[in-house]
Amino acid sequence: MSNLNATDTLETVAANPVEGIDQSSGNFSYDVKYEFDAGTGINERVVDYISGVKKEAAWLREFRQNALKTFQAKPLPTHWATRDLEAINFDKIRYYLSSGQKPKRTWDEVPDDIKRTFERLGIPEQERKFLAGVEAQFDSEAAYSNIKEAVSKQGVIFVNSTEGLREHPEIFRKWFGKVIPTGDNKFSALNSAAFSGGSFIYVPPGVKVSHPLQAYFRINAENFGQFERTLIICDEGSEVTYMEGCTAPKFSTSTLHSAVVELVALKGAKIQYITVQNWASNVFNLVTKRGLAHEEAEIKWIDCNIGSRLTMKYPGVVLKGRKARGEVISIALANDGQHQDTGAKMIHAADETTSTIVAKSISVGQGRSTYRGVVHIPRHLKGCKNNTECDALLINSNSRTDTYPAITVRGDRHAVQHEASVSKVSEEQIFYLQQRGLTEGQAMSLSVNGFINDLARQFPMEYSVELKRLIDLEMEGSVG
Amino acid sequence: MSQASVSHPAGKSLIGNFTEDAFAAHLASHAGAPAWWLERKREAYARFAALPLPSRTDEPWRFSAIGALTVDGFRVAAPASAQVPAPDDLSDLDLAPVATLDFLNNRLAGSAVALPAELAAQGVVVVPLSQVLASSAAGAAAPGSAGEVLRKHFMAQAQRLASDKFAALHTAFVGDGAFVYVPRGVELAGPIVISHRAQGDGTAVFPHTLIVAEENARVTVIDRFASVDGAAQLAIGANDLYAGHGSQVTYIGVQDWSRSTLSFQLNSTVVRRDARVQSLNLHLGARQARHESMSQLQAPGAFSEMLALTIADGEREFDQRTLQLHQAPNTKSDLLYKNALLDRARTIFSGLIIVDPDAQKTDAYQSNRNLILSEDAEANSLPGLEIQANDVRCTHGATTARIDPEQAYYLKSRGIPPAQAEELLIFGFFEEVLDRLQNAELHAALTALIRAKFKVQPSQVRPA
Repeated sequence: MSNLNATDTLETVAANPVEGIDQSSGNFSYDVKYEFDAGTGINERVVDYISGVKKEAAWLREFRQNALKTFQAKPLPTHWATRDLEAINFDKIRYYLSSGQKPKRTWDEVPDDIKRTFERLGIPEQERKFLAGVEAQFDSEAAYSNIKEAVSKQGVIFVNSTEGLREHPEIFRKWFGKVIPTGDNKFSALNSAAFSGGSFIYVPPGVKVSHPLQAYFRINAENFGQFERTLIICDEGSEVTYMEGCTAPKFSTSTLHSAVVELVALKGAKIQYITVQNWASNVFNLVTKRGLAHEEAEIKWIDCNIGSRLTMKYPGVVLKGRKARGEVISIALANDGQHQDTGAKMIHAADETTSTIVAKSISVGQGRSTYRGVVHIPRHLKGCKNNTECDALLINSNSRTDTYPAITVRGDRHAVQHEASVSKVSEEQIFYLQQRGLTEGQAMSLSVNGFINDLARQFPMEYSVELKRLIDLEMEGSVG
Repeated sequence: MSQASVSHPAGKSLIGNFTEDAFAAHLASHAGAPAWWLERKREAYARFAALPLPSRTDEPWRFSAIGALTVDGFRVAAPASAQVPAPDDLSDLDLAPVATLDFLNNRLAGSAVALPAELAAQGVVVVPLSQVLASSAAGAAAPGSAGEVLRKHFMAQAQRLASDKFAALHTAFVGDGAFVYVPRGVELAGPIVISHRAQGDGTAVFPHTLIVAEENARVTVIDRFASVDGAAQLAIGANDLYAGHGSQVTYIGVQDWSRSTLSFQLNSTVVRRDARVQSLNLHLGARQARHESMSQLQAPGAFSEMLALTIADGEREFDQRTLQLHQAPNTKSDLLYKNALLDRARTIFSGLIIVDPDAQKTDAYQSNRNLILSEDAEANSLPGLEIQANDVRCTHGATTARIDPEQAYYLKSRGIPPAQAEELLIFGFFEEVLDRLQNAELHAALTALIRAKFKVQPSQVRPA
């Protein structure tokens, strides 16, 4: 019943042609036979349909329906956010698609066309082996997974959202929608109504997951919005690192990606959540991410945004327990036609909680990067600390950057500090590198990589390599 | 037809007692003014009446206690009930003003120090606005005349910090104000001291100060705002500063309204080529005070230094919004706002640096420092940047901290009583700003003013 027109659209987009670099990589779309299709637009019927396909319990169906009402009632937040949001046509978006596959156990069982998609991404043979331990998200359903087996021996539950809420309600229902309530914002409400896919992870007390858990997300049908729902619960004293990365096909009309990611770190637990976002430049990426850190727990968001038309994402940590720690490391790169509106939220709700925000952005061409942040320390707490640093690098004379932090501190027992700076790549540095035989473009690329180097080092190896490659690609053609 | 019945959803009236009848009566008192002045007032009144009060979702009013923003209960000031002596607390401060103007309830109350004749002969003008209006009413104002200068610069810059409604009310009902004009190349040795005072419960005052410094002129103006009594008043003040090429303007604003007053102070500063403006606003009074300050750096070499000191105590709110607008290459701005917070006070600092696409080589700095001395005080900081040129040096910083316990311990161990130690440490905190003043007399005068404030307050306001 698919009326998709997702044919092989391997058009070569040569907006920024550079020798030796295949600009069309990532611009792929294969015809996939979708078994379920909810049509376009969202209403009560579509929500019921999604819930029905997933054979969900009554409470969850009701949760979705209530969320739909909230979504419809809430206005777009254009009183502070960009009016570009008005370009989203919610009626043209496809809210649910599934190829009807059960999550696969081994690489062999993964359908060939999906394997071809991976191939198009240019993942080398060696790395593919490594990625055999990856939970790969293809459209709305997990299409592939096998790290599950390894971690399940430790008692870790690593499933998709449907399975999580159906098979383990006793674990996940308690926190589902609690860190980010449905009505948090218009897009979290939309996600709560239409979510499918995503990862639900539970790590038992004291378990330290040695390998990072990964999931690749990808949008693969025109006008297809993707609404993953992720919930990670780390029980007392446990540790986990989760990575998500995405490259999306390039389509002619705008697509919407609106995920909700909730993290719960119980006493003394540590969660590190890493994102490399490289959606195609027509994607609206409006994501709500928040973690709840209990006593002495630690939540760290490492967030890198390179793609999309508009990204609005402010990972947050609610520091609920004494001595909890929150950290956001954010890298954003905005090229022509892109607006990276990113930042962080730190809500201190207990004594002696500390938070750190380091944000670096690079604006290339007419790209616009925005830092938006909230640091909130309410009354009657003591010994809270926040340190925020925002640095912006402007490459071209018409590049743009904005900084809009909001800091509220009550009481006299805290220390809060915010610093921001805006600069360009020093001419001397470029001159020096050119003297040593580098082209201007290479020199610029090297300088930009240097600018974010201290943050990029915090990524796992393969991500930081990928990041460097992506930045090289973005910087080519930005000078001269 | 009165619009007083049109009420705001929150139960607040859009216009309060500032009805069409009240406006007509006000216009009647300005019968001799030029047509353009009356026309501007009519336009402003229409705008005031039509604009809504700030609402919770208005981003430029984020964190402000908008519930307390109302024009209800206030009416245009009646003439002062009795002769009130001119303020003299600056007279023993060795400031030696070259001229003074004293306004009480929107009317000129006196001019203790008249401008010396030789300065007047050089073309310096320090007079009430009403006098400029009266003298330019007959016929077209000659180019270069005071009337023409007033027309060109009075509230000429668009309000960009969101108090449009209150700015319009100011223009509609402004009765009088100070007009300071310093012609090309003239340097004034001493300051011009202007005092705006309010008397009576429910009084609305609209103080205005217009300063125009022509090429290479140099002038210092001290603008003082105070209540004669402790009554609740509405003060909507505005000052327009225009610094012509190569001029140097120093502006000191001392806001000391009664502690029941709702205060708005709207500043617009235009800085031309190689001109330098230094402004320092000292916030001491009012129940709720919003201060908006906008500097436009319009030509290369322009420099605006924006300074502010606030002592926030009791349950008061100080809401400061600033805009540093770099519109030309090679311009510089430097902002330093310091707030000391006591008791249950709240402060809001929201600053924005905007660098226009062609304003390369901009050097902009913005810093907000909050010193919190009480468990119940609240400081909000929104230091913002919007940069559209790449060859710039723009930084901002915001810190909120307590008194360094080591410093407090040091003073304590020297036997200094806590209240005095606190005062010393606040002075230490403020010193960085006061030190920016090049004039030693000004520095001493402001220090004395702040000190006087501390003497009265601890017993008066703060329960032991």
